[in-house]
Amino acid sequence: MMTRLIVENLTCRHGLLTAVRDVSFALRAGEVLCVIGANGAGKTTLMNAIAGTHRPVGGRIALDGVDVTAQPAFARVRSGIAMSPEGRRLFADMTVRENLLIAAENGRAGDWTLARVLQAFPQLRPLTDMPAGRLSGGQRQAAAIGRALLTNPVVLLLDEVSLGLSPAAVEGVYQSLAMIKEARTTTMVVVEQDLTRALGFADQVLCMAEGQTELQGMPGHLSREQITDAYFGIHDKELSDV
Amino acid sequence: MNRHHVIAGISAPDRRLMAAGGLIALGLFALPLFGSALVVDKLTLLMVYIILAVMWNLLAGYAGLVSVGQQAFIGLGGYFVLRLVESGMPPFLAIGLGGFLVLLAAWPLSWLVLRLKPAEFAVAMWVLAETIRSIVMFDPLVQGETGRSLVSLNAIDPDVRRTTIYLMAVVAVVVSLVLSHALLRGRLGGESQAIRDDEEAASSVGVSTLRVKRWIFLISAVGCAIAGTIWLASAITFQPRSAFGINWSIFMLFMVLVGGLGSYLGPVLGALLFFALQEVFGDFGAWYLAGIGVVAILFALFAPRGIMGLIIGKTGQEPLSMRKLLIMREG
Repeated sequence: MMTRLIVENLTCRHGLLTAVRDVSFALRAGEVLCVIGANGAGKTTLMNAIAGTHRPVGGRIALDGVDVTAQPAFARVRSGIAMSPEGRRLFADMTVRENLLIAAENGRAGDWTLARVLQAFPQLRPLTDMPAGRLSGGQRQAAAIGRALLTNPVVLLLDEVSLGLSPAAVEGVYQSLAMIKEARTTTMVVVEQDLTRALGFADQVLCMAEGQTELQGMPGHLSREQITDAYFGIHDKELSDV
Repeated sequence: MNRHHVIAGISAPDRRLMAAGGLIALGLFALPLFGSALVVDKLTLLMVYIILAVMWNLLAGYAGLVSVGQQAFIGLGGYFVLRLVESGMPPFLAIGLGGFLVLLAAWPLSWLVLRLKPAEFAVAMWVLAETIRSIVMFDPLVQGETGRSLVSLNAIDPDVRRTTIYLMAVVAVVVSLVLSHALLRGRLGGESQAIRDDEEAASSVGVSTLRVKRWIFLISAVGCAIAGTIWLASAITFQPRSAFGINWSIFMLFMVLVGGLGSYLGPVLGALLFFALQEVFGDFGAWYLAGIGVVAILFALFAPRGIMGLIIGKTGQEPLSMRKLLIMREG
């Protein structure tokens, strides 16, 4: 299988702060990477850099062998990278339908249609004519993922999927995501705070602390202890007793 | 699978409203036949206000671009007309061409200002207006503060002149309303609203935000320029201080916020209210400005969504709404 998304030595700054330092990974078509790490680890900046809303200062991003590092965000959507951003960021004054259709209009042609998104996220069906600002957290997340899917991406970026959602809403969203994963056509990069959820869903895990890769690998090959240490950026075993 | 979008049909009440609008336009076209010179002059000014309010609403209400420097284009439109007329062009032709020249000037400026953040954009536009005014004042023809009159307009019979300018103003209003209606119900309308709601999210679902904002910016620049040229033609004297005055931006802000930001008819209602206030309180000098301020404060406190917000609150729906603009059919 060919490599779909390559991120190589990516470095991003916010002013003087280096938010992402030398992060690299490669994903094949249909593979799922979960990015985990504490607040401020640089996960969202990494996602924004891949989506094109944050310009990295070093490294490169390639989609199907084509360097997209210099492409602005809207052009990357046409190349096949779409993101459901942190905080969902729906167009609050527009209806759910308008939110979805604007993505369909500006994205690529493909299998994802409004009908199919409503099939994958049944909770959106009765809400299509409601202003997006009035939805609950779980509904918003579903709409934001649906909106990204309607651009027919080959790489889907999902930032903070379960943050602020009720357990039931998280379950609903992940059921839909599992269906997408099963088709094995869409590569996904998922930022997830819930470790158990992340380890259960991912093919690969990338753990970040203070902008750097602390741990990287397949969930089955990593121990829970390794992961928690990496999560908190603990290198020295003695410190963990403090 | 074959998919296509259809624009949602226009509701029956909206159709009636549009028909009424058409009748009003016809009435306005016929007005010079029986209206007095004073009425025609006043209505010309009202038309200028409506164009300005519609243009400012396009910018701020639909693309989230709050500008306090649209007077740059109002003044520049007037200045270009002055220059064209001085070089021997017939005045009425110059009024039309002035808008086009402003388009050419606004194009490079758009590259500069649209990359800025919202607050920076607002201030940059004001700075731009002041800079252009200073440059125009260096023109020996304008002679700094003194200004210059459109002398050749005086050669035309006053009645013919007044009627022609008035009819041009009515045409400009009709064109700007019809054009913005077509625009906002189309793809650009949805995209610009998405940008207003969340620009970064819009770009991450594939909207080329710079392209959309540039279109709206250019349309608004030309619209303001045409309003400026019509205003100059009826006022005759071009003075940089008034043509490039910050007053214009305050008027636009007032009309749009009081009428209803981001609604289609709000700016028209705002312009009507502003015009009426000016007629009633215009003789009170500085108190008139204080009165305008009080009205603005009252609206901010008790009707923050403007006259249109009050109408929506009463009837439950917005007349001539630009919402729910697309329905997708699959088959």
